Amino acid sequence: MTGGTGVTGGTGVTGGAVHAEEEQPLLVLRDVRIGLHERRGPVEIVRGVDLGVMAHEKVGIVGESGSGKSLTVLSVLRLLPDPPIRLLGGTVEYAGRDLTTMDERALASVRGAQISMIYQDPMTSLNPLLRVSTQIVETLTAHTTPKHDARRRCSEVLHQVGLTDPDRVAHAFPHELSGGMLQRVMIAMALAVSPRILIADEPTTALDVTIQRQILDLVGELHETTGMAVVWVTHDLGVIAQFVDRVVVMYAGRIVERATTEELFVRPVHPYTVALLGTLPREGAAHRSPLTQIGGQPPDPSRLGKGCPYRQRCPVAFDRCSEEEPPLLPAANGGVAACWRAEE
Amino acid sequence: MSGGDVVLRATTVEKEYPSRRGPPVRALRGVSLQLERATTLGIVGESGCGKSTLSRLMVGLELPTRGQLDIMGEPVHPGRALARSIQLVFQDPFSSLDPRVTVEKALTEVLTVHHLAPERAQRQARVDELLGHVALSPRHRDRYPHELSGGQAQRVAIARALAVEPEILVLDEPTSALDVSVRAEMLNLLVRLQGELELSYVFISHDLSMVRHVSDIIAVMYLGQVVEQGPYADVLDTPRHPYTRALAAAVPVPDPGRRPSGQVDGAGAVTMVGEALTAGPAGPTSDGCPYLPRCPLAEQVCAETAPQLGAIGPRHRVACHVALRTARGLPLSEDVPV
Repeated sequence: MTGGTGVTGGTGVTGGAVHAEEEQPLLVLRDVRIGLHERRGPVEIVRGVDLGVMAHEKVGIVGESGSGKSLTVLSVLRLLPDPPIRLLGGTVEYAGRDLTTMDERALASVRGAQISMIYQDPMTSLNPLLRVSTQIVETLTAHTTPKHDARRRCSEVLHQVGLTDPDRVAHAFPHELSGGMLQRVMIAMALAVSPRILIADEPTTALDVTIQRQILDLVGELHETTGMAVVWVTHDLGVIAQFVDRVVVMYAGRIVERATTEELFVRPVHPYTVALLGTLPREGAAHRSPLTQIGGQPPDPSRLGKGCPYRQRCPVAFDRCSEEEPPLLPAANGGVAACWRAEE
Repeated sequence: MSGGDVVLRATTVEKEYPSRRGPPVRALRGVSLQLERATTLGIVGESGCGKSTLSRLMVGLELPTRGQLDIMGEPVHPGRALARSIQLVFQDPFSSLDPRVTVEKALTEVLTVHHLAPERAQRQARVDELLGHVALSPRHRDRYPHELSGGQAQRVAIARALAVEPEILVLDEPTSALDVSVRAEMLNLLVRLQGELELSYVFISHDLSMVRHVSDIIAVMYLGQVVEQGPYADVLDTPRHPYTRALAAAVPVPDPGRRPSGQVDGAGAVTMVGEALTAGPAGPTSDGCPYLPRCPLAEQVCAETAPQLGAIGPRHRVACHVALRTARGLPLSEDVPV
């Protein structure tokens, strides 16, 4: 697959939604390829991802373990665990500049100041030896906020993320706080700098649903008031449905479908998306009626061969699917899908 | 739902853990539940609500401080051998499987320990039968855990639990470590096994859609107490406790056209405030309702006496002064606005 095919018809950037022509995406990933170095040579695990994120939009990336969704977003700020995983090719443009080749100092001014990232494990971003307030203030002063303002902003954001006793939390060390509190501290830290883009890699997966709701509400509110763009990576289709404007579905290291949230749930096109939605217990269905299963397993990235990576599990596969991997094609739901039957 | 044959009964079970400072932590407060044969009791609640403590008590890993637990009509008491009739399946299958032991060995070990199939041929046949139950083929026998997918490993964990021919499986978040597509497989498997082997399940999860799918009765726990329980549809479609309503409202529904369930029209905000207090010394005092600090509907009485579970429908019970009073003044139909 080449990068060019992914942006067929201009949909690579806007996912088929009609945007004014002058509006430029804030973040553009082009043909991003990520490899895992093994003794036999590199194995490509993200195989040419094209994605554009506009200011003021919330994009969801959904996929299962191994689909490449987390690596894709980690590559944006050059946070891939290298070795053994590294960027093999492609560009990541933010405000017209390529982050993949930018020097470290310039990148540091983008990282955490204009693009913030939050993770599933809050300790990824917290230092166990420093008080919460020290860490938040440090983040802010590193990005040219005067120290006095930084202190005020610190208690402000801790309050915003729904912590009931922000002062106590500010003075605590990470080990003195519960997992849910740490998660919110990390989110507070990411939001303190008022980033233009927030990238979230399953940050609420380990949290209770009520806390998750508070965090989604908070991020949604900031998105509304500041126009912060959001990229939300998750395997939770409920979060996708309720929270984002536009969805990309990843499978075996590629985007297999891209559509508006509404269209994706109402008229999914790629057989994998259809199957994924079918696995959910549906309200209104008879109690305990069997759920749709997806037979088989995702392919081993080192043994993909030619053809569509979903073909062995696909109920509608035909000859062409085992010969040629389909590019993203315009789909009946207004989006694009990597399926030879997308237009049917 | 079949018969009134109770296989597991908890009667005002209390569990306290000593605390270095101050009074003991009360992890469970007067929990009474029962599980009928070949049915599923779903237990939902958030971290710290006591659901995992309860599962450990059920299988006899710990003993209640007060109250009684009966399994198959027999009380769980100190010194009693861990019951074969009740088995626990954990959330993460890989953490409960020995990485150096093949699937076959993991299963035969259990059979040997319990003297279940003394002869080699019998054991082999039983291993194949167990693998068959969980839809794995005999060729999985020689696999090591790292050669299994998450779904397959969870199947092996279930097969191992089934090896001792239990009546009850306690499933503690059995699907949360699995991918979405594998979850469906696992739920289908559990439903099928229940039918084939007449198993009774205690299904513990924070995922309301999963719990709904498999449960007959649902109990909602908050800070060590059951705050609402009843048939699955009553509890999830017409939740009466403000906590259950907040929980149901918080779950993102995989349908962009719909708002989350639980937001009962005209009922005003049910959104809870603040965060759950931890059980124990820092928790609420013994007077008053444990949900009081977060409850948008709280009244004077809620601060004075803790509400007890009271009937609000044929089998539907709730521990909330406001919900109970409102319901008593009105007919017990499903359309009662709370």
